[in-house]
Amino acid sequence: MDFWLFRVSVALILLAAGGLIVFSINQQKPVFIWSLRLLWIGYICLTLLLLFQYRQMGVAPVLTFRAALVFFAWAVLGAYLFLYLKFKLMILGSFIAPPAAGLLILSLLVTAPELTIHPALKNPWLSLHILTSVLGNGMLSVTFVTAVMYLLQERHIKHKRFGSLYKRLPSLETLDNISRYSLIFGFALLTIGIITGSVYAQSALGTYWQWDSKEVWTLIVWLIYAILLHERFAVGLRGRKAAWLSILAFLFLIFSFIGVNFWFSDYHRFENLLRLPLL
Amino acid sequence: MMNVILNIGLNHETAPLEVRECLAKDPKNPVLVLKALRQVNEIKEAFFLSTCNRVEVLCVTDRPSESEQAVTQLLSDLGGIPKERLDEYLFVYQEIDAVRHIFRIASSLDSMVVGEPQILGQIKEAYTLSVAEKTSGVILNRLLHKAFHAAKRVRSETGIADAAVSIAYAAVELAKKIFYDLSDRKVLLIGAGEMAELIARHLLNFGVRSLFVANRTFEKAVQLADFFKGQAVSFEEIGARILEDDIVIASTAAPDYIVTRDLLKGLMRRRRNRPLFFIDIAVPRNVEPEVNEIENVYLYDIDDLKGVVAVNLEQRRSEAIKAERIVDEETIRFGHWLRTLEVVPTIIDLKEKAEKIRNMEMQKSLVHLGAFLPEQLQAVETLTLSITEKILNDPILLLKRKAERPTKDVFLDLTRTLFNLDQDKNEEDENGSQSND
Repeated sequence: MDFWLFRVSVALILLAAGGLIVFSINQQKPVFIWSLRLLWIGYICLTLLLLFQYRQMGVAPVLTFRAALVFFAWAVLGAYLFLYLKFKLMILGSFIAPPAAGLLILSLLVTAPELTIHPALKNPWLSLHILTSVLGNGMLSVTFVTAVMYLLQERHIKHKRFGSLYKRLPSLETLDNISRYSLIFGFALLTIGIITGSVYAQSALGTYWQWDSKEVWTLIVWLIYAILLHERFAVGLRGRKAAWLSILAFLFLIFSFIGVNFWFSDYHRFENLLRLPLL
Repeated sequence: MMNVILNIGLNHETAPLEVRECLAKDPKNPVLVLKALRQVNEIKEAFFLSTCNRVEVLCVTDRPSESEQAVTQLLSDLGGIPKERLDEYLFVYQEIDAVRHIFRIASSLDSMVVGEPQILGQIKEAYTLSVAEKTSGVILNRLLHKAFHAAKRVRSETGIADAAVSIAYAAVELAKKIFYDLSDRKVLLIGAGEMAELIARHLLNFGVRSLFVANRTFEKAVQLADFFKGQAVSFEEIGARILEDDIVIASTAAPDYIVTRDLLKGLMRRRRNRPLFFIDIAVPRNVEPEVNEIENVYLYDIDDLKGVVAVNLEQRRSEAIKAERIVDEETIRFGHWLRTLEVVPTIIDLKEKAEKIRNMEMQKSLVHLGAFLPEQLQAVETLTLSITEKILNDPILLLKRKAERPTKDVFLDLTRTLFNLDQDKNEEDENGSQSND
């Protein structure tokens, strides 16, 4: 049931991503509508799978790098679908769904070790920490993508050279709005993720903050986003500078999400979660 | 004689404005024309389109040359133009050429500005009128629906209507690519001039609600502001206005820059970096070109806008080739349907003849067979019906198959001779006219 459901959702999301690429080229609305339907169904299947795994294991399913990829892809797609409900921006899907589908494919390629789950992991604070952090990452990924789209479109208008992308990309205002909106949500989720994480650390490890490498990097990421948010709302930073800053912040975010996992070896590393220096 | 689709018209290429004016001056004209066309005996179906760029009559007739005369006379009476003079401007298309012509019009390939969208709405309106006046029938109904279909395909499958091909529209499109929603944007118009006013009008059409007008002579500013339901401001207020406004259209005759980089540098921070779009159509320019280098400021001068339009025009031309191909496809499809229509009368005659024979023989036989029970009578009816149907089935299928072939006429003729359909018809007509006496 587990693997079967996963295959179905990956297939649906791949189809949807393909459809969205076709849509970005031929601009036929029916292509988008069908792709969006497939994406919704695929997303719901993936959600059911994750819920199922959560019930089985008693902890949010990110204990392996592979599971983390799936969970991240799920969060990115969720962020897009959520923002679509508000902004109805079709072309954004063509920029979001294909990379998300790529993450799912990647997850099929990495091997995952067998797991025995330590009882200390079956703590709702931990699952909440994981859920909010990853959802925040999903939202901030959208901030990143819209920032890239903004820079592309800004280039067209500023330099008065209009490629085929110019027609397909939305207005600067729209992109800046989505960027700002997803930033607020992403930052809030990230903050909740850090708080719930330290609450869990207190209950499981007896200390709120350990200064392990992931924590340090996350703090840096959080600070950059805090600066971006402050500049945007208090100073009125917008446009190109805001876009570059959110791209920079996202690079740090990706590093703290993946890079730390490979180059540092602390308890936050996905596989190391099994070898927690627990109790 | 077969029905023929006939198209008589004139457009912006064939006729000068004063001729087109004469024909389009009265908005009640279309109804009058349709009513008059209904009176013409040879014309079975009719459609009339009249816009400022064209006048077109589309009709279905079995006598094309008489109908052509009648329609020309009608148009000549309508516009008060002598028939001989009108003839110079008119073009006439028949059959498949008429079909292609109306498809091209609907797809906006025949328009003065290729790709402009209004024409489709105008055709739809004209069609609704011809439906209301009951002048359109089987053929024109299908023809016009197929014209709408072709137009829809051209719009969705080609980029013909995508890009603005006038300077004013290009400016509005850029504004929409920067701001998306224009309804909350404030526009400042510095100076006056035809182009600047046109851009302002387009912006108002696209939802802009507040417009400010500045001019060297304040009186002129007040005048223009009243015209656009905007607000007049003095020339000295421009700096303060730019702090608030989002789109600035400049077109004064000033020899120096009115808006400079230094002026804006200080303003942008106080604007909290909200984007600012300058449309500078003045020559010499009113806005310092280096302004475009400031973050969140976009400056387009008249040459930039002309460049946008040139690119779009080029693109439109290449898209038009694709559009012509779609029109050709749809024309061929419609031609197929028209040809199947040609075999339909023969099939109907064939069926009628068989039914007539069956009825006659039933009457005769029933006299000799005596009284039947109702079920028995029903059974005999069914029996005779299915015999005639089965016998005719193959000939009818053959005719439908041949409808698309050049040999169609041979088979039609053969069928009519073989079953003696035409003689029957003549007798019938004579009998009919006799009984009327």
